[in-house]
Amino acid sequence: MATTVPEPPKIEERRDRPRPAGSFGNGGGQNLIPAEGDLRRVKDYSPPPSSTGIWVVMASIAMSFAAFTSALIVRQGSAADWRHLTLPSILYLNTVVLLASSIALEVARREVGAFMRGRTTHVTSPARWLYITLFLGLLFVAGQYIAWLQLRSQGLFLATNPTSSFFYVLTAVHALHVSGGLGGLVRVIHKLNKSVLRKSTLDATSHYWHFMDALWVYLLVLLWMKL
Amino acid sequence: MHDMSGHAQVAHHAPPTSFIRKHIFSLDHKVIGLQYYGLALIAVLIGMVLSWLMRIHLGWSNYAIPGLHLLSANGAPGNVMTPEYYLQLMTMHATIMVFFVLTTAPFAAFGNYFLPIQVGAEDMPFPHFNMMSFWVTFVGFLFLVASFFVSDGPTLGGWTQYAPLSAVGAVGGPGEGTGVVLWAASIAIFCVGQLLGSLNFITTTLDMRTRGMSLWRLPLSAWGWFITSCMGLTAFAVLMPACILLILDHVAGTSFFVPSNLVINDQLQPHSGGSTLLWQHLFWFFGHPEVYIAIVPGMGIVSHVLITNMRKPMLSHRVLVYSFGALAVLSYMVYGHHMFVSGMNPVSSLAFSFPTLIITIPSTIIVLIWLGSLYGAKLQINTASLFSLGFISMFIAGGVSGFFLAQPSIDIMLHATYFVVGHFHMVMGVAAMFGIFAATYFWFPKMFGRMMNETLGKIHFWCSLVGTYAIFMPFHYLGMAGNVRRYQAFVVDYMQPLIPVHRFITVAALFTGAAQLIFLYNLIHSRFWGEPATDNPWQATSLEWSTPTTPPPHNNFGDKLPVVYHDPYQYGVESSVGDYVMQASPEQVKSAHDEA
Repeated sequence: MATTVPEPPKIEERRDRPRPAGSFGNGGGQNLIPAEGDLRRVKDYSPPPSSTGIWVVMASIAMSFAAFTSALIVRQGSAADWRHLTLPSILYLNTVVLLASSIALEVARREVGAFMRGRTTHVTSPARWLYITLFLGLLFVAGQYIAWLQLRSQGLFLATNPTSSFFYVLTAVHALHVSGGLGGLVRVIHKLNKSVLRKSTLDATSHYWHFMDALWVYLLVLLWMKL
Repeated sequence: MHDMSGHAQVAHHAPPTSFIRKHIFSLDHKVIGLQYYGLALIAVLIGMVLSWLMRIHLGWSNYAIPGLHLLSANGAPGNVMTPEYYLQLMTMHATIMVFFVLTTAPFAAFGNYFLPIQVGAEDMPFPHFNMMSFWVTFVGFLFLVASFFVSDGPTLGGWTQYAPLSAVGAVGGPGEGTGVVLWAASIAIFCVGQLLGSLNFITTTLDMRTRGMSLWRLPLSAWGWFITSCMGLTAFAVLMPACILLILDHVAGTSFFVPSNLVINDQLQPHSGGSTLLWQHLFWFFGHPEVYIAIVPGMGIVSHVLITNMRKPMLSHRVLVYSFGALAVLSYMVYGHHMFVSGMNPVSSLAFSFPTLIITIPSTIIVLIWLGSLYGAKLQINTASLFSLGFISMFIAGGVSGFFLAQPSIDIMLHATYFVVGHFHMVMGVAAMFGIFAATYFWFPKMFGRMMNETLGKIHFWCSLVGTYAIFMPFHYLGMAGNVRRYQAFVVDYMQPLIPVHRFITVAALFTGAAQLIFLYNLIHSRFWGEPATDNPWQATSLEWSTPTTPPPHNNFGDKLPVVYHDPYQYGVESSVGDYVMQASPEQVKSAHDEA
């Protein structure tokens, strides 16, 4: 059978505009936020891999926590040594702090959006909100550490009983992932200050941060129900 | 209509100049692919030597293997292997082969090298993660090998590391202390590496496709890697938490996997309440998809190689892809078939038996499409196509025994016998190895700009095919005769008559292993002195054959990214270059097989 080949698209010439060192992936050099401000002309060339990639990362983290959850449920049913554990009250405060950090990040994102559309021409405002997010994130990790100290003072260590084991493991693995998000925020602030921040980088970082938030709420409910 | 949403995209890191950035800490997906291949080559040599040692011991259990005491003075006093050391070598053979050969070579090595080229990209979207992926995997390998050098040697728990013996520490036996911790750390690190790799593979396939490269225009090999990376993402994400919990049971005294009142070597274990089944569930939730992680890339590669040599597309491109996908999805629903005799609820066994039988449907469809497409095709016989046929042969021969094992009532009889060992070695081990060989002979000209020696290649193929059948077919017989696996010697009366079979297998294993030296020689010799290859020696259509130079330049396609005009396999057409038209050629041809 004869098949017609559709109209061939134009061949894309290699883009030769200067690109900042260390930027990879597609869309680089196309959707940068330049220091001068006006970005109305600039639009994303195509969905950048980081926006897909962050969903891939989140899927994999979700899978890991699903594994931990099923381990918890199986372990709970496997023996009669499951002891009730009263969650340290600071966890609720930490939850509020983490939720507040997400709100701060959303404000930062809005400010960056206004900046990208050229409504404001300085980076101070978005950077300020990013610093607030970063601070609240650090506060959350510190708060989790205090929660561990509180448990320790009650004589509950990692190996004391299965509930304390799961508490330490789940909160530690989550805190580790939050620390990764903190690293991402530092990177975003650094790039914003150097005016090489891509919208996709900011979006990916904030997706991850909100995911950490949702994951924590999930874990809190799980721990509250099961421990 | 063709989907034109693929974009010409540029991953732009400048070509490195220093030796270290060019060959060691390289961001180039091609170099990383070769590094993975090199790692797999070292690993497979170690794994093969370990299997030789085990086979010699199984055939002649009192034979002193010269120099063995150098490997372990405790494990082989007087050069004769102790029973424990046999199990330690077995564990290391399996771990090295499954993780560092069957996962790294077909998936990470060839996928890294060719996936970005086949989709028409300059590189993967996250080259730093890609570089980390390899080096993290390498560190994982070092952790594993390091366990050979700790005082009581590597772990003897088998590659499945069943709890509780894997979780109680040194009291569990030689290697169950530091050895297990090193093993679990190695695997957890390996998981990180493969997760980073999967992230790159998925985003490369979804976001880096060049103009005109719709998903249905991806070659089957690219589909294989993409589907495998989706499995890897979910499977390794479960194995890693399992390894973390295992390590904690060891070093922190937790009780995730160790039950109460467990007495080992007359010592009451200081753990309580853990679930041994929990480890098995977590492990096999990873473990079964892992089987498909090893084999699906091979399926894609073999399809790709066969189509090129048949000079016609498969009966159905789409059904093949859908079947790969069905394998991936079903692979998560069948894992309990590894646990039929674990003490799991018999209803669960039944529930896992059904999907296990169902998963044979996509497997059978894939095989039937291969065979139906081969029927009447004028297949060009070269080493790559021979190994592809060998892959199919092994996959069928090893797969057929799966029908028996899938049924709990039969599996109860066969589960810990050599029947299972024969089954998985053929369907997953040897078949995947043949996929690696097919890929090597097929893509070597593109990777190194030289041809491999075909005569040596064919000798290698026939020796490997005959040799592996001679090794693994008798395993089924041994299993049906009741020969239990993981025994280091067969002193029980009813097993005595089976020893000659073991000796035959040992001879076959030594022969087959020696035949791999032909491959090694061919690989090294052709790398430096092989006949120079043209850009497209197989007259193939996909994008890896459209690169401006061979091997491809740093950015794969030089100044212009290719634009894709055709489905991947336009063979049997009349074009200006012959009976094929390349994906990147704008030429309009008659009787093309455009499916999309």
